[in-house]
This record gives sequence, structure tokens and C-alpha cells, in this order.
Amino acid sequence: MQSSKNNALSSLWEMLFGHPVRAFGVVSLLLLISLAIAPAKNYFSEWRHYQKRYLTLIRSRGDAITLQRHFHDGIQQIWLPGIGVVDRCTTCHAGLKEASLADVATQPFRRHPEIPHTSDQFGCVMCHAGQGPATTVEEAHRSTLAWEQPLLPAKYVQSSCGQCHRAPLTGTPQLNLGRNLLGRYGCVHCHTIKLPDGTAINPTDDPPSLSHIADKSTREWIYAWLKDPQSYAVTATMPNFKLSDSDARDISAFLIANSTSIPGDTAPVSPSGKDQKAIDPTAGASLYGESFCASCHAVQNAAGNVVGGDVGPELTRVGNKVKPEWLRAWLKNPRVYDAETAMPHYRFTDQQVFLLTAFLGNKADSDLLANVRLDASTPEQITHGKLLVTQCGCASCHEISGIKKPDNFAPELTRIGSKPLTQIIFLPGMAHTVPDYISAKIRQPRSFGATLKMPQYTFTTAQVDALTTALLSLTDRAHDLPRALTVPAPPSYNYQPAGRAGQLMADLACFSCHAINGRGGDMAPDLTWEGSSVQRQWLLAFLKNPNTLRPALIRRMPRFNLSDSDAAELTDYIMTVYQTPAFDRDSMPSGGYTPAQVEQGRQLFYSKYACQSCHIIDTKVDKGYIGPTLTQVGSRLNAGWIYHWLKEPQTMRPGTIEPNRNMSDEDARALTVFLMTLKGSGKLEAKR
Amino acid sequence: MNRYWFPLIAVSFILLAAGCARKPAPASAAKPTAFGAALVESSGGKQIGATGMVLAQPLVVQVNDEQGTAVTGALVEFSGPAGVGFDPPSGLTDSSGQFSTNVAVGGIAGRYQLTAHTSTKTQKSVELHIEEIALGYQQQVGFQLDDKYCARCHNPESTAERVSNYDNLEVKPHAFTEGDTLNKMTDAELNAIIGHGGPALNKSALMPPYGYTLSKTEIEALISYIRLISDPPYHSAGMVYAQK
Repeated sequence: MQSSKNNALSSLWEMLFGHPVRAFGVVSLLLLISLAIAPAKNYFSEWRHYQKRYLTLIRSRGDAITLQRHFHDGIQQIWLPGIGVVDRCTTCHAGLKEASLADVATQPFRRHPEIPHTSDQFGCVMCHAGQGPATTVEEAHRSTLAWEQPLLPAKYVQSSCGQCHRAPLTGTPQLNLGRNLLGRYGCVHCHTIKLPDGTAINPTDDPPSLSHIADKSTREWIYAWLKDPQSYAVTATMPNFKLSDSDARDISAFLIANSTSIPGDTAPVSPSGKDQKAIDPTAGASLYGESFCASCHAVQNAAGNVVGGDVGPELTRVGNKVKPEWLRAWLKNPRVYDAETAMPHYRFTDQQVFLLTAFLGNKADSDLLANVRLDASTPEQITHGKLLVTQCGCASCHEISGIKKPDNFAPELTRIGSKPLTQIIFLPGMAHTVPDYISAKIRQPRSFGATLKMPQYTFTTAQVDALTTALLSLTDRAHDLPRALTVPAPPSYNYQPAGRAGQLMADLACFSCHAINGRGGDMAPDLTWEGSSVQRQWLLAFLKNPNTLRPALIRRMPRFNLSDSDAAELTDYIMTVYQTPAFDRDSMPSGGYTPAQVEQGRQLFYSKYACQSCHIIDTKVDKGYIGPTLTQVGSRLNAGWIYHWLKEPQTMRPGTIEPNRNMSDEDARALTVFLMTLKGSGKLEAKR
Repeated sequence: MNRYWFPLIAVSFILLAAGCARKPAPASAAKPTAFGAALVESSGGKQIGATGMVLAQPLVVQVNDEQGTAVTGALVEFSGPAGVGFDPPSGLTDSSGQFSTNVAVGGIAGRYQLTAHTSTKTQKSVELHIEEIALGYQQQVGFQLDDKYCARCHNPESTAERVSNYDNLEVKPHAFTEGDTLNKMTDAELNAIIGHGGPALNKSALMPPYGYTLSKTEIEALISYIRLISDPPYHSAGMVYAQK
């Protein structure tokens, strides 16, 4: 058997190489085959397969000739040396720029959806990540040993816009939300995030100082709050530190023991007998409504919906939290306890303060503190509490007397979007990508280790995705891009009005709702040019007693019970300082027009421009609810302002929804004349 | 004796090896404890989300029997086109006969046809088709513009934050989902009415022109959004291709 096998082998050898000519032929053939391997590999490469499929696809289409002309054979490359882009994606994604291929469902041949940039400007990888120079599907799309960054999942693609665009964009709501949350949930108290332009993201939350907490709250409430902030208020931004009972007990002991009293931040509770008799159970609720507390503070209703604004804290169970004597003093003048608070100083009477304190005190949940029993604190507990406060980094967010704000308490996130995978410890079963890591970390930080310090937040899925998107935009590339490519955020101003009026505006917290010269909130109209816009008499009366301009709005200007002199001071300041350079206040006379001119304006209002879709000038006929009611606009606005507003509303107040009608000077003048005659009837005034 | 044992042991080893080699059964193998006859949508259909994102509301379907009573413990399975994710993809109905899942739409803008599936006692398949909409970049811009400028009149629904002006208008505006009307209008017509106002198409002057307020790109984005959310769906006349 052995010998026959040997025989067969030797006869094969003999057959192939027995004769020199035969051997030469065989070796040549082998050489030829081995030389053909490289061209064959090239010929059968993946991208050629896709290009062939593309050609088959376009052949059956109506505009085949055009498509054929646009198509280029071979490896295609977008090379942008200025921004380090070498992308060969268009080799297979051949129809990326073909408008007529929008209906093609099969990838990789679909047209790229409409976006403001083209691939010639920025390439592909800039937005989608992946390995640009690769020429196989696997290497281009997924992470390999040589390339860590796989294709960015579609849900995070907005993060790429954030590499260059620092300002919010209309088309990137998720990125805008994420950036907002980074400030609003105070992530940047602990994690430093430096932006490419050298500035840092600043927190926009306002964690209260804990240095005087004993005046405000009880130790029991602090304990319950520390254990689970969201059981007190579902909208609470304070995260859950998963403290043990004894740790929460010790921290509450320390905070109370550490607290010092501010003179005047509490006021005696018991009202005079006269007050008590006068109390009407509904009066507190109506005062709460009339003062538009709900513009800033939310309350959870019986159905579980949170109704109201998010400028101030939720008040659903505020009766559990604050001491009545503190609340009285706070309502009387919040600036005694917190000079920087966003809460305006309403000039409430003692009776009103009493009514509101009683009303808010009843907003309590009897179950919240029912099971909290704390014995008197011991010195050991207080010392341990102080240690815990330092370890948890409480002072990163809150001011606590005796404890210094720690620097860089948590890792810096300036380049988190490009974090090398080798520096990340992944959980078992988790995809090894940066987006997956970030989102898992935000979702459940302690799943990466029970001893980690990062607390548990209560984010919705959408919020986690938004935060991940915002963090993913912080890449190496974002920092290294040529400065000319970045679109900076609008500069922030710290405008401070001067003098007595400035003090009044700080006291009334005008900037919590209104913006002036680039500083302030967006709940209420921008007042930068208010002085050019309104008439002095109207403004004075409005500050004393704000009447309703937009009946459909639920958030309105509250009445601050201003004294005559304060109202006059503010009015004079606004009328003098907040003037636009665009026109002269006296450029148009406010009266003395002929009836024919007025009638022409009325015609234009109702027929040509149909202003009644949105505005009311006659409460009996008109119903438009979108713009402000114009029944007495002639006593409210300046004629020159109306004229310029009609001509170019967006110039007068950027972002207003009043459409620009491209009005002729003549029409704008006629409409202004007509509107200036609407002074409001005495009867209506009396009704209000 | 050993001779007889050997093949037996060998066969059992082979069987064991075959059993181990088989891929583990998918997690959806929850055994149904009951069977229904019909599937109905409770909520979560026709939502508008962004590409690649989880929709705001979960998709909830209910399994009923022949009498229309809710069935507890019936197996519901979801499926959809490539890119669509369900969390969880299948499960048993709860005590009220409902099963709820979170849907993540795919990365390409458009309408996504999803299918919910359950079986009857006789293993007959019952299917329910649900549609969700994913907005791409352009439609997302359109959505934002709609929210800022248009919805106040064109959306009849009021919210606590915003009272609709719809009821106050003498000529009622069309909701943007009203495909029956809007699908008959060409892109050029929509462009004209948005840019030049109602009178441009002999319609109500209560619709003001936005051509001096919105840019050309913004109006295009708005139209692209209107086309995508239209119900019934809009089919572009587009190019007509000759079939070879």
C-alpha cells in the first residue's frame, strides 16, 4: 500500500517535471496564475460589485444618460487637506448627489437627504464618522483594530453639527436640548467642559446655598430629600446619591448644625386675630393666580401632570419643605435670604403674605415625612456628615459655609467625544463604542461600579440621547478645526442697568423673564427698545397695574404693587435709555389726521392685510387671538414705532412671528394713522 | 456487553453535541398562555419623531377575543423595516390585554410601516399595521417653523400653553395632515400660498404672506415637512420613468 502511494506521487512528479520542457511549461503556468491573483482580487473587490449594481440600477431609469454621465468608474475620493478629509465613501455611494435617486430605497445608492452642506465642502466622515479612506464596507462602517470610530448612529448625528456650530440651530433640536441640559442639570458644576473658543459651558441652574438651611427647612425634610429628591418633586433636578439611611441622617445632622441664621429671614407666624377671621380659603388660591406665580413655579395636579413654568422650583409639596416663618419672610422680601434669587420682590401686604403662606403651607403630602424619625444628632454624626458632604462633592453645586468648592471634582469632558476606547472600561455585553458608553454612563452611572461618585439622575430616554449628542460633539476635531470654520455662539452680555432704576430692576428680577441688551430670559418680550415703542402714560399705568395685552397667554406680567415713585422712576429710565437708533420717536405725529386717511387705513387693516386674523381692534367683531389686542394701541404705542414695525417687524424685534408684509411706505403710513386712532373706549377701561 | 453500549454512548454524544451547537432560542420565546382573535391599536400610532430616535410615546396594542374582550397572556410580536428597533420586540399582554413597546424609527426620513403580530388558538396569524413618521433634517426644520409660525392657526388643537386661533377664523385653515386637500396642490402652489399669502391662489386673505419673513430654503423645508406628515400619504408626481 505504502509503495503504491509512493509510486503514484513519483509518476505525478515525472509527468509534470520529468522533461525540462514540461517543467518549464508548468512553472510558467504557476507564475502566470500567481501574477493574476492581484488583478483578480482587484476585479472582484467589493466596491466594483457595488458600482456594477449601481450601473444596473440607473440603466432602467428615465434619466439613465444623465446619471451615466455623472458616474465615474474606479475609486472616488473627496480630498480636503485643509480639514484632514480623505473620504472614499462616494466610490460605493455613487448616487449621493443625484436628485432623481431620492426614491431609491436600497442603500448604498440613495440620494443624500437635503442638508445645508454638500459633501464637496466637508466630505462624509466629518458628520457620519467611520473610516473615510477604507474601501470595504466592514472597514469603513465598523470599528476595526486599526480604526476605533465606527459610523455614528443616526440618532446622534446632530452631534456632528455641534463640532462647528456653537449657537443653537433650528434643525438640531436634540443638540440644543442636550446643551441646555448640561447647564440646567448642573453637569458642568462637577465636570469642566471647555469649548474650543476657550470659554466654558456655565451652569444655568441655581442650586440654593445651604449655609442658612436651618432657617428654611427641617432636618426631616432634608433627610427625605437626600434619600429621594424626586419623591418630593418630580421635576427636581437634584440627582439621587443613593445614600444609606445612616448617611442621609448624618448629612442632615451636619447641614443643620452647620447652618447659621440670617437676621430677618424668618417672620413670626401667628397672625393677629383680625387676620384669621378675615381669611377666606379661596383668597390664597386667587392671589396665587393673580400674581402669576404659575408663570415660574409648577404644581403637579391630581392627574399627575406638572403644570406651570420651570424658572422656580416646583411647589407641589412645598408645605413639607419650608417653615412657615421662613416662607412669610421670603414672600415679604426674598432678597433678605438670597440676594441673587430669580424671584421678584413683590410688594405684598402683610395680609397677602399671610394668605399666600397659608395657601402654600397646605400644599403638602402627609405621607412624605410620615416615616422619618430622627433622634437628636450626635457630634460623631455631625463629623461623619461633614466627611460625607466633602466626599459626595455637595459643595460643587451648593454653597456650604466652611466647605470649599472642590476644583475639578469629576473628570473633564472637554474632549469626551474622542475618548480613546482603551481608556474606557466597558460593561460586559455592551457595544464598545463611545456613544454607547456615554449613554450608559448617564443612564446608570453606578452600574459601572457601586463606589462611583456620580449620582443617579432621572432622565427620560430623549434627555439621555440629547445629552449624549451634546457630549459627542466635544471631539478632538471640534478643537482642531480651522477657526474660520466654526460658527461662534452669540456673545453673552452681563448688562447691568444703572442707578436707582437698576436697583429696582434687580429687586423686581425683570431679567428673569425679559431680556435687555442681550441679557435675560425669553418668557416675556425683549425690552431693549421699549422706550421707543410705548407711550409714557401707558407704561406708567401698566407698571402699576399690568392689564392683559395677549388674552390667550397663560404667562403674564404680574402686579408688583409698585409705589408711585418707584413706577415713575422705572418708567422714566425705560423711556430715556431703551431707545432705538433706528428712528426718531417724534418722526410721526400721533394725531391730526383726516378722516379719509383713517378710513384708508381701516380698509387696509380689514381687507388687504387682513390683520384681524391675529389682532382684535373691535371686541364685538374681531376674534384674532395671536397678536396683542389692539383696541387701545393708539394710547399704548408710539406712531413712529408702529410705522417701522409694520415695515420691518424682524428688525425691530428679532424673532417675532409678525410676518413682514413688504408694505409700501404709503400703506404703512395709512395703517399707522388708523391704528393711532384706536384709543380704547372709556367703557372698556371701566370694565377692566 | 461493551459492544452494545458503545454505539449508544456515541449516538447520545452526537445528540448532545448537536443540542449544544444550536443557537439559543431568541428571548421572545415567552410561551403564550392565551390566544386572541383580533389586534387593535390602543395608542402610539402615527407619531412624528426624528430619524433614529425613540418615539415620545410607547406603542400600545391590545389583543381581543371574538367577543371583543381583552385577552391576557397573548403573545405579541413586532416587526418593521430595517433600522427600526423595538424595546421589547415581543411579549405577553398584561391584565388589561395590552402590550407596550418603545419604537425607535430608522435613520432615513420617511414613513415606517410597522407590523404587530399575534396568533389565534388555531395558529392563524393576526396582523396589525401601524405607521410612524421619521423627520429628517429638512423636515425637522419644517416642523420647527410650523410650530413657530403656522400651528397657531393651522392646528385646531389647543394646549395649555397655546390657545389655537383656528376657531376664531372665518375661513378655516387646513390642518397640515389633511392630505385630501393638500395632496392636490403642487409644490409650486404651496410655495405661492406660503410666500405670497392666500390671495395668490384666490384663497382667503386671512393667510398672510411669509415670503419676506422666511427664506426660500425655509419654505422648501416647510413643504417637505407638510408632504411627509400628510394623511393619506403624498406621492410626488415627480419624474415619470419609462419601464424598459
